[in-house]
Amino acid sequence: MAEPRPRASTSDRLRAVLHEAGGLQPVLVPIYAIIVALVVAGVVILAIGKNPLDAYWALLRGMFGSPDRIAASLGRSTPFIGAALSVAFAFKAGLFNIGAEGQLLVGATVAAWVGTFSWLAGLPGPLLIPIILLAGVIGGGLWGGIPGFLKARTGAHEVIVTIMLNNIAVLFVRWMVGSRDPVILRDMSASVPHTAPLPAAGRLPTLVSSEPPLHLGFFVMLGLCALVWFILKRTTFGFEVRSVGTNPNAAKYAGMAVNRTMIAVMAIAGAFAGLAGAGEISGTTGFLSPGVFASIGFDAIAIALLARANPYAIILTSILWGSMLSGAGLMQQEAGLSIDAVRIVQALVLLFVAADVIVRWIFRMRRDGAGGLASTQMSTGWGSTT
Amino acid sequence: MPDEERTPILEVRGLTKTFPGVVANEDVDFTLHEGEVHCLLGENGAGKSTLMNAVFGLYQPDAGQILLRGAPVQFASSRDAIAHGIGMVHQHFQLIPVFTVAENVILGNEMRKGPLLDLDGARSRINELGRRYGLHIDPDALVGDLSVGEQQRVELVKALFREADILILDEPTAVLTPGEVDDFFGVVRNLIDQGKSIVFITHKLREVLAVADRITVLRGGRVVGDADPAEATQQSLATLMVGRDVSFTIDKVPAEPGDVVLRATGLSVADDRGVVTVNGLDLEVRAGEVFGIAGVEGNGQRELVEALVGMRASVGGSVEIEGHDVTHATPREILDLNVAHVPEDRGKHGVVGAFSVADNLVLNRYWRAPFARRGLRQEDAIDREATELVEHFDIRTPGIRVPVDNLSGGNQQKVIIARELTGDVTLLVVAQPTRGLDVGSIEFIHRRIIEMRDQGVAVLLVSAELDEVLNLSDRIGVIYRGALVGVFPRVDATRDHLGLLMASGAQA
Repeated sequence: MAEPRPRASTSDRLRAVLHEAGGLQPVLVPIYAIIVALVVAGVVILAIGKNPLDAYWALLRGMFGSPDRIAASLGRSTPFIGAALSVAFAFKAGLFNIGAEGQLLVGATVAAWVGTFSWLAGLPGPLLIPIILLAGVIGGGLWGGIPGFLKARTGAHEVIVTIMLNNIAVLFVRWMVGSRDPVILRDMSASVPHTAPLPAAGRLPTLVSSEPPLHLGFFVMLGLCALVWFILKRTTFGFEVRSVGTNPNAAKYAGMAVNRTMIAVMAIAGAFAGLAGAGEISGTTGFLSPGVFASIGFDAIAIALLARANPYAIILTSILWGSMLSGAGLMQQEAGLSIDAVRIVQALVLLFVAADVIVRWIFRMRRDGAGGLASTQMSTGWGSTT
Repeated sequence: MPDEERTPILEVRGLTKTFPGVVANEDVDFTLHEGEVHCLLGENGAGKSTLMNAVFGLYQPDAGQILLRGAPVQFASSRDAIAHGIGMVHQHFQLIPVFTVAENVILGNEMRKGPLLDLDGARSRINELGRRYGLHIDPDALVGDLSVGEQQRVELVKALFREADILILDEPTAVLTPGEVDDFFGVVRNLIDQGKSIVFITHKLREVLAVADRITVLRGGRVVGDADPAEATQQSLATLMVGRDVSFTIDKVPAEPGDVVLRATGLSVADDRGVVTVNGLDLEVRAGEVFGIAGVEGNGQRELVEALVGMRASVGGSVEIEGHDVTHATPREILDLNVAHVPEDRGKHGVVGAFSVADNLVLNRYWRAPFARRGLRQEDAIDREATELVEHFDIRTPGIRVPVDNLSGGNQQKVIIARELTGDVTLLVVAQPTRGLDVGSIEFIHRRIIEMRDQGVAVLLVSAELDEVLNLSDRIGVIYRGALVGVFPRVDATRDHLGLLMASGAQA
């Protein structure tokens, strides 16, 4: 190992900023991965006898082709931001939250339930909406806190526990919303199972009534991203989270309460997902139908990975993800391709981000030591728990 | 035949290797003759490992030539080097703990019988190599169950299995206990007798003189001299290595012990497997004295230190710090009593490698003013403190925002020392403070510890290096099987007597 020479440097801060951003490479890899994924998916589209350029052009217009479509794309992206923050925040503490799916659903369910309390019915929006969102935060937080608590107390791996809690949440909520005898959350006036609609005052204001609508929740999520960044970078709690995530032994040595931090992080991560769920209930649907949020929590893992767990990058990757799903409809109409083609592109993007060696090889990128940190952690952090 | 006329088995000519911002090797010449142990001596960061990694094909040199038995060679990878009969045992072993010895040895070079692994063949070859070189090892043992010394033997067998004639050993003794070191020297001699040639990388002077046939000293990436072990002394080598005169003993004024700061009474602690390794230990450390604990590693030192600083629960007895009962206190509560702790394993406990030098320099007080206010980090205060400590403790780093992982081991240790020896300290617990460090850093760290003592700090020193304990301590206790078997004032302690107590626990 060579010893670096001491050098008085004024560009220290700049370098630090670059380092924190992980240099340029972590940005380039996802971008290149998207390009490669489009090319490979294009080959697939060709193989089934369609024109990939037509398909992509339709997809692009479907994503951003008109103000309405842009709004729909942002609306579609909104829950992804909160759910991906949930995954990313836990990841900063070295925890793999595979449970955003369940936390989001539980948050949405609690929000849908609390929002229809009859004694809340008369409240004005500025009071009722925060109550509904808070209900989601609490629901998701508790659901997320369980794996944190079990890990701290018994060492149960959070991956296993969150996966199981996802199933429990999905089935339990389906029963609660679907059951006619006893009636728990089901709106008996409706023919398909869903909960009673929220009062109008409980709905987050819609900014553009696109399909899905762009509601105020989108900006709540943007604020949440800034908040997470601030917590991680500027607070002692964030410092503890990152310490526990990178070296739990040193964290303990430095007097940090490692177990308590892990519980708190999982609960907070769950709260983010729960807020995302509540935001959808209040902003988009107005009631909960089981299954409507299926796979958001799993997509969130991909989005967080693509963003390398960076809260600001999550905004971009969530919008990319959501808008592709939202734009796929037009691609289906115009190019005659199944909506699932978009899923293929997304899967390939993820594949090439995860297997970044391929991308680096194609684009002749060199692996740099410090900049690769985020990616290294993503791939080596698994199971490195003590 | 005189040396000069033989063709060297390995020759490096004018090798230069730079990393971004650092010249690791500059115009280095190095010659290894057949059947000799050639020691490559230098401080941490002098470029010893870089040079040998280039020879082993892990780095491509920027300039220069490598000749094997007089013929120029170029290795694209370590695979090439291995094919040419070069073997390297790294500081960090490249073994898979859940595999057996035999499986590890054949890894990458699998002996086959048709589609099947020929483990029987491997076993018999390992046994044969063991007999020939005195490297006895059970081929069916799981590597994870072996001691560090045995794992090192597996690494050697691995190299010999691939028919290496030239063995490069990178700091092979850094991980060994004193007894294992002696055994290891026997193995080295055996290998030489069997016709192997060895490059021995180290920074430990005593070892160089014990094992080397020839010595090359590196400093700052350049060769600064050759030495003949028959004529060289530790002092002359140290001067060459560090570039200035180095003192091996510390000048210090007699201690003026004050009140008891740390008192452990009947303390018992269990290790991770639940085995009680500290057993009814009594200990008192006073303000203004260094209490040294000597002992062979694994006699409970680690568990003792961890229990004292709150990182491990005790199973019996009590601990008091300045009259406060801290038997069940958390690490944070103990830190708040102004206890500083230099941990034994710096990578595991001492630093958060991915964090900046600055963050690591405040790791033991990041939550206190002025480094944090109302839960918010005060970056300016942290930066100011870091800049000052880097300057004051001469930490060699390109900047305070650089990840501490990028620093050499010695400088990482300086980061820890700087952090722990700053601010109000009433009790300083230091474990193996100079492990793996070079002479210059050791001298520096020893001075700082004595400075702390002179300021009235109570110092508990735990070290496997007997010299270190003898050098620094005012009182010495020998730990044996989890209890102190003898406590003496420094003046009454002799090396022989301590050695005997360490080995047997019995009073002579």
